[in-house]
Amino acid sequence: MCLAVPGRIVEMEAGAGVVDVRGNRIRAGLALVPDAGVGDWVLLHAGFAITKITPDDAAETNALLDEMDRLAGVGGPAPSAPESNP
Amino acid sequence: MTAQGIENLKRDITEAAAAIPGEGPIALMEVCGTHTVAIRRTGLRSLLPERVRLISGPGCPVCVTPRGVIDTLIALAGRDGVTVATFGDMVRVPGSRSSLEEEKACGANVAVVYSVLEAMDLARRTPDETVCFAAIGFETTAPGTAVALETARNEGLKNFQVLSTHKWIIPAMDALLAGGEVRIDGFLCPGHVSVVIGSRAYEPLARRYRRPCVVAGFTAEQVLAGVAAILRQLAAGEARVENVYKQAVRPEGNPEALRRIAGVFETAEAVWRGLGPIPASGMTLRRAYGEFDAVSRLDLDWPPDETGADEHGCRCGDVIRGALEPHECPLFGKACTPAHPVGPCMVSREGSCQAEYKY
Repeated sequence: MCLAVPGRIVEMEAGAGVVDVRGNRIRAGLALVPDAGVGDWVLLHAGFAITKITPDDAAETNALLDEMDRLAGVGGPAPSAPESNP
Repeated sequence: MTAQGIENLKRDITEAAAAIPGEGPIALMEVCGTHTVAIRRTGLRSLLPERVRLISGPGCPVCVTPRGVIDTLIALAGRDGVTVATFGDMVRVPGSRSSLEEEKACGANVAVVYSVLEAMDLARRTPDETVCFAAIGFETTAPGTAVALETARNEGLKNFQVLSTHKWIIPAMDALLAGGEVRIDGFLCPGHVSVVIGSRAYEPLARRYRRPCVVAGFTAEQVLAGVAAILRQLAAGEARVENVYKQAVRPEGNPEALRRIAGVFETAEAVWRGLGPIPASGMTLRRAYGEFDAVSRLDLDWPPDETGADEHGCRCGDVIRGALEPHECPLFGKACTPAHPVGPCMVSREGSCQAEYKY
């Protein structure tokens, strides 16, 4: 629940806007990132952007989320790093 | 993640662990549900030397919410003219007799929302209904609730109410160290909570208890870098705050978010599942926001009664303190599974029990 996901601000008005999160356009609160503008990458958590991040950080976190989705789909740990289930 | 990066970190970790005096176990605790899941999913534990143990602490907001809060929400959802709005994981947590999900199936007014903004929209659309948002979460989530309450006050959205069980994580870490029940040699500090509170916030804890506190991100490499940093400090006899998630976390955190929290909430004692009441660990609404405070406006018996043993032998409280591994609970994988959870640690996607069960 404390996970924040990267997104890019595509529209902005007073304190709110639309953030593109992996292709989904999500209405979001932007009041906590007063220095952010359209085109900036932010971390989005429970409907609010909590910080600006660089495009590189966004790409890294998105890669992690993709990997988590993939693992969740498979339902097991990564083959390269097995962990025995007790 | 790069294989080379992982190999280098593994080597660093092995060397640092070998350089720590003594031969006993080294226990590192993370207090972030996303770390719990990332560690399980990536099988990171298998990469660590035998003497290094990674344990999960009270990092899942749904899990640390005590049963009495669920019972209170269930009672609220049964009232005429009241809708309880909350996150998806919360509705599946069993209370004393049922869950919000079961009550909803029987006609109670329960709405699952992804954010406080959706709960406010619901209040706007249903002016004759009181919408009570169950605000759970740590410092990552609380600033959004604060902004929402400012907006509600400006709009005069009088049918919107908030039951705040927002919490500060550091007092819980403090309580674990002060209690001394569980061995904790260092903390892997939460990434996104720290975006808000800043890495400096852990300095009193590191100093007072002489424990390394290292803020880490969520990729396998970032978690391993955090573990390596803690072990290097232990080997050198140090206990400092270190930030290996500088991409997102600044020493001072997000001052705007902290300002919003301070404007709307005041710090108060809060009750945690497994830990009981912890001073200065909760956020309650300031008097200026009293008209939105569900506790007074909806006349709730608060804090709820938590006496009485957990029914069905649920050991989530012990799991939350790091005193019990999920698989050590007699119910784990038998009476308690993600499809039929007995306790919140199996309900939540970030709960230790669900993470261990799935991965």
